[in-house]
Amino acid sequence: MKLKVGIYWGAACGGCDVAILDTHEKLLDIAAKMDIYLWPIALDFKYDDVKKMEDGYLDAAIYSGAIRNSENEEIAILLRKKSKVMIALGACAHLGGIPGLANFYTRDEMLKRIYIDSESTINEEGVIPLESWNVKEGELDLPRFYNTVKTLDQVVDVEYYIPGCPPVPLQIYSALSLIWDDMLPPVGSVIGAGDKALCESCPRVKEEKTISEFKRIQQVLPDPEKCFLEQGLVCLGAATRSGCGARCIKSGVPCRGCYGPLDDVPDLGIKMLSAIASVLEPKEEKEIDDVLDTIVDPLRTFHRFSMPASILRRKKE
Amino acid sequence: MEFEPKLVGFLCNWCSYTGADLAGTARISYAPNLRAIRVMCSGRIDPTFIIKALYEGADGVLIAGCHPGDCHYQEGNYKALRRYKLLKRILPEYGVEPERVHLEWVAASEGEKFAKVVNEFTDKIKKLGPLNMKQSIFDSMKEDIVVHESAGEEKGGEADEA
Repeated sequence: MKLKVGIYWGAACGGCDVAILDTHEKLLDIAAKMDIYLWPIALDFKYDDVKKMEDGYLDAAIYSGAIRNSENEEIAILLRKKSKVMIALGACAHLGGIPGLANFYTRDEMLKRIYIDSESTINEEGVIPLESWNVKEGELDLPRFYNTVKTLDQVVDVEYYIPGCPPVPLQIYSALSLIWDDMLPPVGSVIGAGDKALCESCPRVKEEKTISEFKRIQQVLPDPEKCFLEQGLVCLGAATRSGCGARCIKSGVPCRGCYGPLDDVPDLGIKMLSAIASVLEPKEEKEIDDVLDTIVDPLRTFHRFSMPASILRRKKE
Repeated sequence: MEFEPKLVGFLCNWCSYTGADLAGTARISYAPNLRAIRVMCSGRIDPTFIIKALYEGADGVLIAGCHPGDCHYQEGNYKALRRYKLLKRILPEYGVEPERVHLEWVAASEGEKFAKVVNEFTDKIKKLGPLNMKQSIFDSMKEDIVVHESAGEEKGGEADEA
């Protein structure tokens, strides 16, 4: 019997859905094994179709995107009720992802920046979106824009995580095949990824690391064979889970950490801070400061994908 | 009642913990606010420990290690210094005053210095006031609570424990 699956996107760019399509001819295998009951980006189903299902009707719900507003949360709760297995697909559902960087600001700061202060905006009356508005036909609603971006598992129970921004298409396929082959690992596992740091599978030559200056990728022509970190380029491979096949590294770009932390590491960004700071060359306070001055925006760089899933989750107000 | 800060101290086994011990055996009295945790080396202190301590209710964290050049493991205290320096830079991004984390070199013979450091640090945090990290983060999620009638309430809507 074919599996019944719902695919949904919360606060996402759609890249995870495209990654499912990027399985190319394997997509035919997926279609042969699974019937899709919801997929807003690709197929025309309505929320009401899902609401009418019995609880636990779907075999799996695949949710990409973070929880940014009340609609994201509502559908996450709905799909959780209707599904036997909940899968977080991609860095946003897994860790909060790029939308999670908003946790360095408050809701009011975000709305002000976007609708009033941004350089391309003229909004003299200071109009910002309201949650409800009365028109002659009745009241119109918008979802509530949250103060804090959350990961999927902060609003519903999640069985499995497929990391990546976006996940490697073949890893999605192999993770899905675990479902139809009935080979799923213990609940809570990260599937479609490795269990060692990316440095383990990085093809570059690694030697003793002593860094005396950090540079950004646009400022240098990196040596194609040598470890990025040793060349003074911030690379998050040391604290990031493997499984991506070092695709950025092989394209000449340092790791940005989208596969998230390893098992039992509660905070990728702070772990990376620890790793980077420990391999600096200088020992004197003044010289250490000079090197640290060359790291641009360290916390957002280390927490590019993982702020909502970190220990502190957001900025204190 | 006067605010009594909760302070966590990570003390290296070879110098600073011994220094704290000396303050005790010499019967020097100092502020009782510091909860000492012995670690083998200041280089063992993962910044995750410090962030976790602040999240779980510490108002300040003290790191104490051997003086530069005196590390039992040669380089551990330099690593601690670099991590401390970088951590201080990022704390304001979390809305935390960087003064809440403090590093000091305390040798095994410096019992008096240890007492002085703890007293000064306690005074400094008293002036800064309580941190309340966990509570303030949960409070800021309160306006994110929405009742989802159509979906039926389940786990959502709460600023639940991570």
